[in-house]
Amino acid sequence: MVDADAAALSGLISNNEAKLLSAWLRSQLGAGSLRSGQIKEDELKEQSRQFLREFVQALKSGNLDGINGSEWKAARDLLGDFSRSRALQGFTPSETAAFVFSMKEPLFTLLREEIKNDAQRFAGHTWTITKCLDALGLYTTEVYQQSRDDIIKRQAQELLELSTPVVQIWDKILALPLIGTLDSERTQTVMENLLNHIVSSRAEIAIIDITGVPTVDTLVAQHLIKTVSAARLMGADCIISGIRPQIAQTIVHLGLQLDVISKATMADALELALRKTGQKVVSALATSAKGASA
Amino acid sequence: MTQIPVLKIGCSLVVSIQIDMHDQVALALQDDLTEKLVSTRARGVLIDISALDLVDSFIGRTISNIAGIAKVLDAVTVVVGMRPAVAITLVELGMTLAGIKTALTLERGLALIDDALAASD
Repeated sequence: MVDADAAALSGLISNNEAKLLSAWLRSQLGAGSLRSGQIKEDELKEQSRQFLREFVQALKSGNLDGINGSEWKAARDLLGDFSRSRALQGFTPSETAAFVFSMKEPLFTLLREEIKNDAQRFAGHTWTITKCLDALGLYTTEVYQQSRDDIIKRQAQELLELSTPVVQIWDKILALPLIGTLDSERTQTVMENLLNHIVSSRAEIAIIDITGVPTVDTLVAQHLIKTVSAARLMGADCIISGIRPQIAQTIVHLGLQLDVISKATMADALELALRKTGQKVVSALATSAKGASA
Repeated sequence: MTQIPVLKIGCSLVVSIQIDMHDQVALALQDDLTEKLVSTRARGVLIDISALDLVDSFIGRTISNIAGIAKVLDAVTVVVGMRPAVAITLVELGMTLAGIKTALTLERGLALIDDALAASD
């Protein structure tokens, strides 16, 4: 019986496809699905047409128990693609789900027009459509969510790789400019990176620059101390530089003991590092002037 | 039982740990080193752990103890050649070997001992 019902419903929809499509598009445009030109009207029309066709195909198959069956696969895949591309384009979850849910109104209008007199059938069709569209809407949101999660995961990974460079700025001197907050995972990466560079470049001094660290709390300080201690165990002294006035105040107010040489700027730290390693930078102008007078 | 050789170079004792340190070996080394420090009147102890890739808190403490003993006997201790993984492990164990000098290479470690002795004289 369900099969006959579904077949009648799908027939009804495919007979009125053009009318339905234009009504659906109107309701989507009214709901602001175009989102200030991020998706073209033609594209939206094409997507709507494809989905409506797959929806009718799936209905015709008669499996109305849920949308997980193979009959619904084409419709699911199509929706998944739309949802993913919308997630990448920066649509909100509601805007993405509205693509499916906005189809209800034109469908119900159609049913009202076509089967005015049979309340039983009208109620049955309404229920069928609601069930399927709700499931599809939820599926859309799920895919959207997953795409967003993937994006966030990828960005976190990129951030981790980007933000921990170790630079050799002079013979025996390494610089480690830290950008962003230090959490346990990052500290581990930073530490391993720094220690490996100390071995490979035979560095004696490591300058840790915290200009890019937004705040220093007890946890961040502890991670800094760990890094400094590990470098010291390898025979490299650390200098912490780039301490902003605000941070200096925080450190004192929290009563943190950093137990390490700290300098306000990277330039000061480099100067000290050069002195400690017995190196010196002199002005070329001064020496050439001296050479000329001699 | 395996024994770790203690060599005298100049006025320093040099220990190179090339084997896995068991607790007994570590304790024997501590005894041996203390004896030699007194008998040779060395002023510096250099421990090379570049071949050591596993440490536990006991080994860490033994190294700390050796440094403490050496200090009582008026000698400077330098640990050289620690591997990155070992350094991270020790820091995670909360053993930062405070008060012990460290260097990356043997050469630099010997220079460090000379500097420290020159400063104290």
